[in-house]
Amino acid sequence: MPVRIIPRLDIKGPNLVKGIHLEGLRVLGKPEDFARYYYEAGADELIYMDVVASLYGRNSLEEIITRTAKEIFSPLTVGGGLRTIDDIKNVLRAGADKVAINTAAIKNPAMIREASMKFGSSTIVVAIEAIRQADGSYMAYTDNGRDHTGVEVLGWAKKAEELGAGEIMLTSVDRDGTGLGFDVELTKMVSREVSIPVIAHGGAGELEHIYKAIDEGGADAVAISSILHYGLIAHHKNLVGYDAEGNIEFLKSGKGNSRIKSAGLDEIKRYIFSKGVECRHPIGTGVADGE
Amino acid sequence: MNDIRVAIIDYQMSNLYSVKNACDHNEIISFITSDRKEIMDADAVILPGVGAFAEAMNNLKKLDLISPIRDFITTGRPFMGTCLGMQLLLSESEEFQYARGLGLIKGKVTRFPKISSRGERIKVPHIGWNSIHGVMRRRGWDKSALRSVRESEYMYFVHSYYVVPENESDILTTTTYSGIEFCSSIARENIFATQFHPEKSSREGMKIYREWLSDIRDKKRRT
Repeated sequence: MPVRIIPRLDIKGPNLVKGIHLEGLRVLGKPEDFARYYYEAGADELIYMDVVASLYGRNSLEEIITRTAKEIFSPLTVGGGLRTIDDIKNVLRAGADKVAINTAAIKNPAMIREASMKFGSSTIVVAIEAIRQADGSYMAYTDNGRDHTGVEVLGWAKKAEELGAGEIMLTSVDRDGTGLGFDVELTKMVSREVSIPVIAHGGAGELEHIYKAIDEGGADAVAISSILHYGLIAHHKNLVGYDAEGNIEFLKSGKGNSRIKSAGLDEIKRYIFSKGVECRHPIGTGVADGE
Repeated sequence: MNDIRVAIIDYQMSNLYSVKNACDHNEIISFITSDRKEIMDADAVILPGVGAFAEAMNNLKKLDLISPIRDFITTGRPFMGTCLGMQLLLSESEEFQYARGLGLIKGKVTRFPKISSRGERIKVPHIGWNSIHGVMRRRGWDKSALRSVRESEYMYFVHSYYVVPENESDILTTTTYSGIEFCSSIARENIFATQFHPEKSSREGMKIYREWLSDIRDKKRRT
């Protein structure tokens, strides 16, 4: 079964942003532009995560989803601030294929069952923001890793599966945006204990990290951002536009994140394919486009 | 070019807009409907679907859509089912509890087992890209909407159940997941149905739409 490589686009208002440990958001450009580019480059799916999830921003998110769905014919997962069954219905109607829920699911686990009965298990992704504790255990957080829930990660993942979740998106808040690599121990802990696919997220800074998350961590999919975004910005300065709000100092500076070795989707796929990981259309391996 | 009209059946079970977007992308007029007359007047019909089988059948009953679907297929005009829209064509499903399907294709719908024959855990749903293999390529593939897609091309799947048609001649392609080979598309007379989602299968999926829609044009021109 091919492993999925999924660009994750964090969204604030009309902009694509990226932070470190899910905080300190920098404006990178327009999500639709990045989404289109990644789709053309062979992304297996896309994730839009509304990281601020403020009520007043909902219309703009739905417009972004609708515009994206009209030109991108691969699966789109949308998360962030989905509190009710109606919220889920609205983003699905706007053009999302799956939804990711975190806070609402932790506050009311029965919502997972209700949503999966209504929209199908495979539509419901439970997002878990994990932070490693001093004693080595992992606890689930909400609100971009700010709010402690007292819920232990592995037990929560198993419960989410039992309630009908179709997938788990497992974020290591400790690693997010750092480029230090996935928390392989966390990925492995959850992946081998649940019978639904696990998407590893947080920390990819170079090719080897992605391979490790799959090979050692047993991830069924990996969600990546910085490793893709910074390279795209560096090489396509004219491609990306942004609304003049939020923290654009970073963009103006033209600097990347020094710990992150940028790579394109084809480069990533070629690399993991060369290591024996099946993936869709690794270019230049003999199973690429054309006969 | 835009003379043909495709009805996308709305039975409150799916993201209809992604199917409509795929039609729009191929410059085909499509409309979302639950109306018998509109369905019967269409040049072709798509039955999409995501979700639970029994609930889908209940919705089809409630919306009085079962006989329009059967009657439309009897006209010989092109009919496409995707994912749950394919499963519903079968005789019966084992999902949750036993449920009867439309019975247009003989066979049943069954769930992926939790453990493979090799004793390994199977992750369900089957989510992601997997390759399709023609089982009767000479007779089927080249005549079907798959004709411009390469043998063993990757398509996007997301499902926990799969179809087991009784007549092998109904099976167009198979796909293997965790050692289980299952039917990933069906072709029988004017019925074309896929377990995968052509509307989510990127450029390759759009090729399937293009060929299927061009068949509709040809058919209409001849009549």
